[in-house]
Amino acid sequence: MNVVVCVKQTPDTAASLSVKDGRASWGDAPLVLNPWDEYAVEQALRTKETHGGKVTALSMGPTEAREALKQSLAMGCDEAVLVTDPALAEADSLVTSAALAAALRKIGDVDIAFFGKQAVDTDTGVTAAQVARRLGWPSLTLTAAIPALDPSQRSITVERMMEESRQTVRAGLPAVVSVVKEINEPRYPSFMGIRRASKAEIPVWSAADIGLTPVPAAVLSWPEMIAPPKVEVSCEFIEGATPQEIAAQLVSKLFEAKVI
Amino acid sequence: MAEKVLVYLDHFEGVAPPATWETLGAAKGLAADRQSGVAAVAVGSGLDHLAAQAIQHGADHVFLVDSPSLKDFRPEAYADIVTQQLRDQAVEVWILPTTSRTRELAAMVAVDFETGVTPDVIAWESVDGVVVATRPIYAGKLHTREVNRKRTPQILTVRSRAFPIPEPEAGRTGEVTKLAITPGHAVTEVLGYKPSEAGVSLSDASIIVSGGRGVSNNPNLSPPAEITDPKQQEIWRAQQGFALVRALASVPGAAVGASRAAVDAGYIPYANQVGQTGKVVSPDLYIACGISGAIQHQAGMRTSKAIVAINRDRDAPIFKLARFGVVGDLYDILPALTTEFATRLGKM
Ligand SMILES: Cc1cc2nc3c(=O)[nH]c(=O)nc-3n(C[C@H](O)[C@H](O)[C@H](O)COP(=O)(O)OP(=O)(O)OC[C@H]3O[C@@H](n4cnc5c(N)ncnc54)[C@H](O)[C@@H]3O)c2cc1C
Ligand SMILES: Nc1ncnc2c1ncn2[C@@H]1O[C@H](COP(=O)(O)O)[C@@H](O)[C@H]1O
Repeated sequence: MNVVVCVKQTPDTAASLSVKDGRASWGDAPLVLNPWDEYAVEQALRTKETHGGKVTALSMGPTEAREALKQSLAMGCDEAVLVTDPALAEADSLVTSAALAAALRKIGDVDIAFFGKQAVDTDTGVTAAQVARRLGWPSLTLTAAIPALDPSQRSITVERMMEESRQTVRAGLPAVVSVVKEINEPRYPSFMGIRRASKAEIPVWSAADIGLTPVPAAVLSWPEMIAPPKVEVSCEFIEGATPQEIAAQLVSKLFEAKVI
Repeated sequence: MAEKVLVYLDHFEGVAPPATWETLGAAKGLAADRQSGVAAVAVGSGLDHLAAQAIQHGADHVFLVDSPSLKDFRPEAYADIVTQQLRDQAVEVWILPTTSRTRELAAMVAVDFETGVTPDVIAWESVDGVVVATRPIYAGKLHTREVNRKRTPQILTVRSRAFPIPEPEAGRTGEVTKLAITPGHAVTEVLGYKPSEAGVSLSDASIIVSGGRGVSNNPNLSPPAEITDPKQQEIWRAQQGFALVRALASVPGAAVGASRAAVDAGYIPYANQVGQTGKVVSPDLYIACGISGAIQHQAGMRTSKAIVAINRDRDAPIFKLARFGVVGDLYDILPALTTEFATRLGKM
């Protein structure tokens, strides 16, 4: 199996965010592999471990995004590719999906492209489906389990999370699969993996290298970014001699506040 | 004249989530800005009653693509259909409720038009004929205004509970048109469905009661003798704690949520997780029991109208968000609260 996993670098989820010159700033908080993408990397590795083949981690982003690729290598990916180009700096999801689709074409003969559920910075959650649409591959998003994968029959069966139910879907390969947290427990990078990753040379592809010329311009723009006003609530502590007394007071307050 | 605003009626087996009606209600204003009515489109099988409901909730014209072969949501086929309808109707703004299905559908149709898609919109205004939308990013730590001035249709998905649900009007009339649109060839085959674990949908719930790691913390409970493994004993204790959480939730028909620590420890399925890597919810009332209030948990529930925290530790960060706090043991407080709720709501 020729497996690719698309990963993005994002600020740590514990970072506090502010707005500087109209842009998001996370101060000196570290940049990490998008937490959702850890599940995608893990699933890619498990696929290879069961069916053989190799796993390539693919990221589009600035040069620093190399660190997210190194983390993927440290977890066990065989190869990594960084797509970076000044013309891609202002990408929206339409441009990102065009670049990732072009890179997947260039990698060639891909059987499955794994994605995370969404990026924790932009919270968009649309890239996997857009890449699938561009490539004409089945889009198997929000996958919580892969009950069957048969490379010889070129067939994959997944369970997708919906609000009301889990939907079981069968599709042909190649396919795009985005995964949710339920699917696995990501492994930690091994010591050997970290050593190997720290020495790895990661190839860098420009927009021209992936045949994305001219680079499409972003359609979306962001005229304003704001830090939402902090809702200052001061907690009213409910006290009483017995749990019953506390409960009675609390429920009265909730009725007064019209939240029940 | 063709309506310039089209709402997508998301549904599962013909039943629409509340977010579908919220979206329809919210679309009215955008349509009025364009001197247009609101059209709606639904794809599926057996949708006549959905069309009738849509008209009661404010649609002026409903387009149905209704066929047994479309019974199951398949994003590729549904996108083919909607793309054609958006073209035929020359729609300027296409609006969807945000659900597991529509994020993907909107994303695909956006590719067909090489246009933008703005998910999870919580507010908007029309400026010079285009919609400038506000949406949370970085798990709600920032809000961005986002606009697509270049291409039509503009595509926006509306977050659950961001807009009020319109009152249905029984006598309201509107037009229903059935369309026969054949999607391109099928690339997926739906084999079946399994029930989901979460019960009441978290994103639509107006009240949520959540439990954290604290639910397993009751040293007075002794697990049955046959459970000897400490991990299993902890899960057994957690089940007793979650039974109290569920009992409280069942009185007002609330949904049950959980922290990631509770999910990771195996107390409750992931479907119930609230937070940055779980569900983002915005109920009227959120009751956090035995949850410390880590920043990643806050990211999923901070926009709740009122938060109640029940925690033994007065210094737990959750109290910084809470409107009402109880410093105490959830094993004492929850049963009393359940009884009190039941009495006041006339359920006893
Ligand atoms: C990338 C990333 C993503 C994450 N995503 C999420 C997410 O989506 N959702 C999420 O919730 N977390 C998430 N987390 C984890 C988060 O950082 C916390 O670890 C987690 O929220 C803690 O859960 P908790 O509050 O239940 O447990 P704890 O922090 O252990 O808190 C337990 C609380 O229970 C109280 N308590 C104990 N016993 C009792 C009792 N008998 N009665 C009353 N109170 C009691 C204690 O005082 C304590 O405050 C994420 C972390 C990372 C790194
Ligand atoms: N710049 C990128 N490079 C590689 N993969 C990406 C990039 N942006 C998004 N993805 C993938 O698409 C998923 C969804 O991202 P998003 O649609 O931005 O929320 C992520 O979890 C990644 O797997």
